[in-house]
Amino acid sequence: MWLKLYIHYISINIRSMMQYKTSFLLTAIGQFLISFQVFLGIFFMFQRFSNVKGFTYSEVLLCFSIMLLEFSIAEMYARGFDQFSGMVRHGTFDRILVRPQNEILQVLGSKFELTRIGRMLQAIIMFIYGISKSEINWTVSKIFTVFFMLIGGTALFTGLFLIYAALCFFTLEGLEFMNVFTDGAKEYGKYPIGIYGKRMLQFTTFVIPYALVQYYPLLYLLGRKTNIFYVFLPLLAILFLIPCYLLWKWGVHRYQSSGS
Amino acid sequence: MQKYLSFFRLRFSMGLQYRTAAFAGVITQFAWGAMGILVYRAFYEVDSTAFPMTFSAVVSYIWMQQAFLAFFTVWMMENEIFDSIINGNISYELCRPIHIYDMWFFRTIANRFSAATLRCFPILVVASFLPKPFGLQPPASLIHFFLFLITLLLGLAVTVSLCILIYSLTFFTISPAGLKILFTSMVEFFSGAVIPLPFFPEKIQKMMELLPFASMQNVALRIYSADMTNRQMFSAVTLQIFWLITLVSCGKKLCSMAEKKVSIQGG
Repeated sequence: MWLKLYIHYISINIRSMMQYKTSFLLTAIGQFLISFQVFLGIFFMFQRFSNVKGFTYSEVLLCFSIMLLEFSIAEMYARGFDQFSGMVRHGTFDRILVRPQNEILQVLGSKFELTRIGRMLQAIIMFIYGISKSEINWTVSKIFTVFFMLIGGTALFTGLFLIYAALCFFTLEGLEFMNVFTDGAKEYGKYPIGIYGKRMLQFTTFVIPYALVQYYPLLYLLGRKTNIFYVFLPLLAILFLIPCYLLWKWGVHRYQSSGS
Repeated sequence: MQKYLSFFRLRFSMGLQYRTAAFAGVITQFAWGAMGILVYRAFYEVDSTAFPMTFSAVVSYIWMQQAFLAFFTVWMMENEIFDSIINGNISYELCRPIHIYDMWFFRTIANRFSAATLRCFPILVVASFLPKPFGLQPPASLIHFFLFLITLLLGLAVTVSLCILIYSLTFFTISPAGLKILFTSMVEFFSGAVIPLPFFPEKIQKMMELLPFASMQNVALRIYSADMTNRQMFSAVTLQIFWLITLVSCGKKLCSMAEKKVSIQGG
C-alpha cells in the first residue's frame, strides 16, 4: 500500500521535473562536474604520490566511488529532508500532519532528486575502473560486502539527513554545521578513513559509523582482513537509524506550527 | 563615488547582522580545514620528498583559505542580482543615476567583506594556537604580511569582477543555472581551491598560473605561507593587476551592451 503510494509520489516528481528538460540536464551535468573536480584532485595527487598510507590510486577510487554512490542514492530519495526547514517555516508540515499517512513517507515523497544521476554515473565509472585495476579476487562474500556497503552507507546518510530535518523542529532553520557530517563525509570519505589517524577512526566507528560502511569492509574487499565478520559490519550501520528516528519522533511530538 | 561608498556601508552593516549563520559557518570551515590538513599529513608521511611545499606552508594555506572563504568562493554569488534580472526588478536599478556595474561591484565586495569579517577572526585565533605542525604560522616577514594583505584585496577584486561577468551574461541567457555551474566548478578547480596549484605537475601548473583563476586565492595564500620567490611574487602581482583591469573592462563593456538592449522580464 505505502510502496504503491511512494512510487506514485516519485512518478509525479519525475513528470514535473521533465517539464523543464534543459534545466534537468544542466543540473545533472553540474552534479557530474562538481564531483568530477574532486576526482581530478585525487588524480593529480596520485601523479605525485604513489600511495597514501598503503592505499593505491585505484583502491582510493574504489573507496571514493562506493561512498559517492551511497551518498547520491541517499540524497536522491531523501532530499525531502534536506529541504525540510522550508516546510517547517512555511507551515506546510501542518498539511502533512492532517493527512492519514505516515509523515516520513510524505516528506520523502515531496522531493525526488533525479539530477543526482549525474553524480551516480561518475561513481559507477570510477567503480568499474577501480575494480578492474585493483586486482580483487572476487568471491561470493566479497560481492555481498559491496552490496552491504551500499545498503549500510545509504542508510547511514539517510539517518544523517533525518537528523538534519529533525533538528529543524527545534531551530526552524537548517543548521549549516550538519553539512560537516553529510557533505563533509562525502568530500573526505574519498580516502579510506584509516589515513586520518586513530582518533578519527574511533569516532567514525562508535559515534557516527562511517568506518563501518567504508574502512573495515574495504579492508576485507582488498584482502587485507579475512575475518568473515567484516562482511556484515556495514549492516550494523543500519542501527544508526534508530536514534535518528527517535529524535525525529520527539521533534514531531513537540512540533508547534509556525508560519501562516 | 560617494553613493557607491554608501552602498558599501549599507551592505556591509546588513551583512554583519547574520551572526548565528556566521558562527555555524565558522564551525563548518574549521572542521573542513582540519580534515584537509589530515589528508595532507597522510600524504606527507608517505613521501615527504614529493611534497612541493613545506608542510607548514600547506597548513597555513589551508587555514587562511578557510578564514577567507567568503572572499573567494564563487558559489556564493548573489541570488538577489540574478532574481532581479529574471523577475524584472532590475528596471528600478536602471532608472537610478548610477552605473549598474559599479553598484554591483561595491555591493558584492561589501557582502563578502562583512561575511569574512565575521568569520575570519575566530578561525585565525584558534588556528594559531593549535600545536606545532597543525597550527597557523606567523607570516615569514613584515613584507610578506603586507604583500599578503594587498594580494588578498586584489584577489577579492578579481573574484568579484569575474562574478559580475556572470551576472551580466544573465542578461542574455535569462536562466543563470547552466553558466553558474560551469563557472563555479571551473573556478574552484583552477584557482587552487581543490588542491593548491603547486601540487599539479609543473607544466600544468605553469599554464594554470597564467589564467585569471590563479589571480584569485592562489597568490595571497601562497605569499602568506612564503611559498613564492621574490620574482614569482612580483610577476603574480603584476598578473593580478592585469587580470583585474581586463575583467573589469570586459564586464563594463558587457554591461553597457546589455543596458542598451535590455528586455525587462516579468510584469
